[in-house]
Amino acid sequence: MNEILQGLMQAFWLVLSFDSELITISLRSLYVTLTALTISTLIAFPLAAFLVVTRFRFRQAIIATLNALMGLPPVVVGLIVYILFSRSGPLGVLGLLYTTSAMIIAQAIIITPLITSIAHQSMQGLWVDYRNLLISINVSKMQSLGTLMWDSKKALITACLAGFGRGIGEVGAIMIVGGNIDNATRVLTTAISLETSRGDFALALALGFVLISLAISVSFTTHWLGKTERGGLR
Amino acid sequence: MMRALLICFMLILLQVTSALAEKVRLAVTSSFHNSGLSDHLIPHLETDLEIDIQLIVVGTGQAIKLGENGDVDAILVHSKPDEEEIVKTGFAKHRREIMFNEYVILGPANDPAQIKFSDNLLEAFRNLSKANTEFVSRGDLSGTHKKEIEIWKKINFNPKKIGTKYISVGSTMGKAINIAVAFDAYILSDKATWLNHKNKGNLEIQFEGDLLLHNQYSFLPINKNKHSHVESKLVKKIEEWLVSEKAKKLINSYIIEDKQVFTFNAK
Repeated sequence: MNEILQGLMQAFWLVLSFDSELITISLRSLYVTLTALTISTLIAFPLAAFLVVTRFRFRQAIIATLNALMGLPPVVVGLIVYILFSRSGPLGVLGLLYTTSAMIIAQAIIITPLITSIAHQSMQGLWVDYRNLLISINVSKMQSLGTLMWDSKKALITACLAGFGRGIGEVGAIMIVGGNIDNATRVLTTAISLETSRGDFALALALGFVLISLAISVSFTTHWLGKTERGGLR
Repeated sequence: MMRALLICFMLILLQVTSALAEKVRLAVTSSFHNSGLSDHLIPHLETDLEIDIQLIVVGTGQAIKLGENGDVDAILVHSKPDEEEIVKTGFAKHRREIMFNEYVILGPANDPAQIKFSDNLLEAFRNLSKANTEFVSRGDLSGTHKKEIEIWKKINFNPKKIGTKYISVGSTMGKAINIAVAFDAYILSDKATWLNHKNKGNLEIQFEGDLLLHNQYSFLPINKNKHSHVESKLVKKIEEWLVSEKAKKLINSYIIEDKQVFTFNAK
């Protein structure tokens, strides 16, 4: 119990004193996960909408696979990305291992199935209502895709938040492909792991509290943005 | 999709341009880092040579693997048989001894296995094999784990016979100590990591000071013939710095709790 209090105190102190190292690794955490999230959404949303409005042979199989991959184990993703980007691996010449780019790629792989599945589920519901209308006014497939994505914004934001949550708290993959290098690839989760291994639980916990508050504030900001644009987001 | 590709491309470009700064990647054993010596040494090394050193902290087994794959420019590890093997296979150019410290056996304060007054290390391990007490093993093929296996072999005992009380954890030194603290168990650790460790619980050093507990750290540059991208010139500078008078002073002056923990012995 005492350690939790100590951790809270230290977290407050770290934040209040604008500890420069803390700020750098927090920003790096945000940079990695938000970039991965952006890449994921650019792939996931169109893919999800496409899976809703079209019918083709392996559609159900793809949906089932994506659903299963929601629980993709990060440490396995990390290992695969490591093998691909290792100097002895097929993509080794790019020299991306132990850079934030490798971490972003790993996280994007982890997040994409999750966002696609959530987005697909919500758009599927909407499609049932919209289908006949859209077909009757004779819009193209592309227009249907656009309408679906626009009108299910709120669910898509939820999908993004789920993806963000999975990414920002992830440690298994980025530890392997990022290497937890000081001043280069260290982020909040890997720093927590490091301080735990030094037995400095108070500092580890303090970083943990910072991570949780970061996740909460991102979620609150999103909600607040949704509220202020009352007309736009339904 | 196009935008995603564009972003990927720009990020790769960003990495390529930042790669122009002189940087060297070293895979180092977790005890070098958990002991705090790296924080004491590396900043001096970086300022003196004006290079950016990126440390990847892993167990010796993994460090050697990273070296073989060419993912790092040099390794600093502590397991002589493995080091000689990687030099033999040609992935490392040579092996340069830098410094040593010692292993100790940590155990609960009341010492249920009675190892404190053992005549030598082998007797201490024999007592551990007979006493029905928990023993935490690193279990990750790190230098420390290899040392432990070596000692069990010397007394002709398979530690698996201890049964459920032989806890193989597969973690770095510090995390393994945390687990030993939680179980109130015995564990083989290097002394520096232990002294620098904050979560000591009820554990104490119960046995130390046997020649077999000597723990030698060596520096091995990765061979440019095997991996052409290796920064061998910079690595050579680092090696020269590590065996210099300045490094000697810094290593020998690293003190935790009034004790010198590493001894420089490069030739």
